[in-house]
Amino acid sequence: MKPARGNCSSQRILFPLLFVLAASFALPTAASPPQKSSKDELLVVPGEIGRSGGRLVVALRAEPKTLNPLIAADAPSREVISAMQADLVHINRPTQLTEPALAKSWKISPDGLRYTLVLRSGLKFSDGYPLDADDVLFTFHVYLDEKVHAPQRDLLLFDGKPISVHKTDSQTIVFQLPKPYGVAERMFDGWAILPRHLLEKPYEEGKIAQLGALGTPPNQWAGLGPFRLKEYVAGQRLVLERNPYYWKTNEKGNRLPYLDELVFLFVPSADAQVLRFQSGETDVISRLGAENFSVLSRQPGDYTMLDAGPGLEYNFLFFNLNDATEKTPAEIVQRQKWFREGKFREAVSAAIDREAIVRLVYQGRGAPLWGLVTPGNRRWQDEKLPHPARSLEKARALLKEAGFSWTAASIGESALLDSGGKPVEFSMITSSSNADRAKMAALIQDDLKQLGMRVQIVPLEFRSLLDRVTQTKEYDACVLGVVSTDADPNVDINVWLSSGGTHLWNPSQAHPATSWEAEIDRLIDEQKYARTFEQRKKLYDRAQELLWEYQPMIFLASPDILAGAKKSVGNFRPAVLEPYVLWNVEQLNLKNNAVNATR
Amino acid sequence: MRARHAISGWLLLLVALHALVLFAGFFAPYDPTEQDRNSPYLPPMRLHFVDNQGHFHARPFAFAVKLREGSFDQYEEEGTRALPLKFMVRGANYRLLGLLPSRLHLFGAESEKIYLLGSDAYGRDQLSRFLYGGRVSLFAGLLGAGVTIVLGLCVGAAAGYYGGWRDDLLMRLAELFLALPWLYLLFALRAFLPLAVSPLEAFLLIIAVLGAVGWARPARLVRGVVLSAKERDFVRAARGFGATDGHLLRRHILPATSGVLLTQAAILVPQFILAEMTLSFLGLGVPEPVPSWGNLLSGLQQYSVLVSYWWMYLPALIMLPFFLGYLGLGSELQERTEAYKIGS
Repeated sequence: MKPARGNCSSQRILFPLLFVLAASFALPTAASPPQKSSKDELLVVPGEIGRSGGRLVVALRAEPKTLNPLIAADAPSREVISAMQADLVHINRPTQLTEPALAKSWKISPDGLRYTLVLRSGLKFSDGYPLDADDVLFTFHVYLDEKVHAPQRDLLLFDGKPISVHKTDSQTIVFQLPKPYGVAERMFDGWAILPRHLLEKPYEEGKIAQLGALGTPPNQWAGLGPFRLKEYVAGQRLVLERNPYYWKTNEKGNRLPYLDELVFLFVPSADAQVLRFQSGETDVISRLGAENFSVLSRQPGDYTMLDAGPGLEYNFLFFNLNDATEKTPAEIVQRQKWFREGKFREAVSAAIDREAIVRLVYQGRGAPLWGLVTPGNRRWQDEKLPHPARSLEKARALLKEAGFSWTAASIGESALLDSGGKPVEFSMITSSSNADRAKMAALIQDDLKQLGMRVQIVPLEFRSLLDRVTQTKEYDACVLGVVSTDADPNVDINVWLSSGGTHLWNPSQAHPATSWEAEIDRLIDEQKYARTFEQRKKLYDRAQELLWEYQPMIFLASPDILAGAKKSVGNFRPAVLEPYVLWNVEQLNLKNNAVNATR
Repeated sequence: MRARHAISGWLLLLVALHALVLFAGFFAPYDPTEQDRNSPYLPPMRLHFVDNQGHFHARPFAFAVKLREGSFDQYEEEGTRALPLKFMVRGANYRLLGLLPSRLHLFGAESEKIYLLGSDAYGRDQLSRFLYGGRVSLFAGLLGAGVTIVLGLCVGAAAGYYGGWRDDLLMRLAELFLALPWLYLLFALRAFLPLAVSPLEAFLLIIAVLGAVGWARPARLVRGVVLSAKERDFVRAARGFGATDGHLLRRHILPATSGVLLTQAAILVPQFILAEMTLSFLGLGVPEPVPSWGNLLSGLQQYSVLVSYWWMYLPALIMLPFFLGYLGLGSELQERTEAYKIGS
């Protein structure tokens, strides 16, 4: 606690540094001073000036599994870690563009292979220990270590070759890439820089993956984020406190964050979260469904509800296009004959009423979807993609062309028959815990009934659903959704590539099964190493158009990001990227009377 | 005499209610699976006899409603357009009792739909769904309860009457069944079954699962009754006169369990209707879009539905007379057996 007070007085002196920071962008890296500056170079963030103090309470859907960025894979862990850690270059959630973070500047060599990053001076971990280039080297060394099994490791490999990292001085780090990389400096977002002084010993002992349990004593865990660990009560809450060494200030020169404490409550169900929010126990709420959002908007309360627009979640229907093995049941092989017919998939797509999905499932708070990149992803959306309205006539014409026919209408609707005279019947699996997707399935079922297809909806528990899709491959069709974690479409590369594990309709192929999948593979590989955004966008657009042409995934709709906060929460500006509300947690503050609660 | 009369009263009520459900095709105005995507969560329409000019109409009518501009689920009545209720109208196709094709419905309206119990998330008529849903739920509940009672009776009677190692074996088995984590077993069962289960298969499956899960409790109750009954003086006397086990069970012991069994049955039917809802959630129940009472109630699990659309409770309310009928019948039957015993 003592160093915390010492810091407050020194930060006023740092105010003039604002322009130094701005200037350093233009300077080539070689010109930046090699010796350690005695002054701290803090990042000044614009935004309304808030009051310091107070505690903000947020609900998490589940207890985070870990605080360790090396092994975190679940959403609650990522959310907590993003409040405790920082990265070299950060993607600004609302603008979806990069901005300097721990690195005050970066330079890319003309051949696109060398990235030179310069660290801010005076950076300190949340335990007061200074950060230098060695911590960054250590961090990437650990992420790259195969034995650690960091889930993000693949992102640092280029055709199997790892990125190499070295330092030129204590502030300057050079990343050498084996190939040029189109994502450019965005690739540094999300790599939490680890404290070498705490982790080097456990790493050498091979125990680093076991660290970061929620019960870790606060003095044995540190990060560069706005908050640091304070207290953990199993099954109830995780309390973080203000990191006094945080490297951002507001425009007045006061060190952020404003809040003294950030409390995560573990509230397992969405409905329970709404009740807690309504009763005032939590201050902000995100990941809201449209129904609960309208309940909260309708009932007057001391809170503001915001619709941030369509997010990056895409929901889709896909058919089982896996190669049949001797284990595949005969009925599935039989039905796959329909599914492999491009016109069949096109007809299904034409018959689906996407507008109704948006209206009935999301109460209008969403967008219909015809491609993988959602309208929420402003830079990458393909405007040229056709948006045809629903047309049963077109669907029937397509089916007819493909050799399907109908029985004479007796009682009820006429049934669709394939060229062999078999009635078209199949099942559609969906996650039983996701009410939205179950609703979509019920609407699709009714849409396809009008084409004479008999579809059965099978709600499955999520894990057994994934098992069917990726392991046993015993299913006909599936309604699923994916949330992209970043606006750059490369985060979904495993959906695109035929070798990818989430190339859902036919995952982990040794060789692309169709020529169009091979073409998509080629486009996606090419864009990876393309130099400019325009080149990459062009290649991605082409890949999206191919996906639209062959419709292995029939895209349905994308929900809006809905959030709410008490009126007393300042700087509440939800973004469509994760973590929707807490992306600017250092700027969140409690206005006037709410503060004295903790004093 | 009084008791006999009451039984026929409860019976009549139950018969009438079941007829409603059995002839759902006729009594329900619409096809229960038909979606009307322009009227999700439409509140129940009120029937009027007096129009805006104050004129009385013998034929009840409802006012047409329209969606408020820019809203998802807020409707307003158009006071000018009346939808008179028509009787014996031709509408959606159905098969009476699953056999006779027909298009005749008890009531309906001409140009637009009338929702007397409101509509659900897909704009499907709640009244039609309730009536059709009863077919699945009531008969699954009844048959499930029947299977449970028969199994329970056999096991309980055998354990209580013969005693000894048979009693130990059967009762330990019953305890095992009570202690099993059913939820996980059902998950496992789901994994073994073929992916797509047709509504009929699902229906039979529900009965089988309900019967298999439920027998242990009635079996223990029956065993207790049998244990005490077989020590009664008249039973001992009958045995002394050389009555066989079969005769003793049939004539003296099993009649004593009827009270317990009937009460059990009356409790089990509503309980099984709720169990069917859980099964639906696990993908073992009746699949969409086929309605069942469990499916109708499952919407209420969502907080937003609970606080926004009061008419989603209505199915639960109209189920009450059914359950009440069962309970009434059960207690009357029990009273009658008691009266008979005292009288004898």
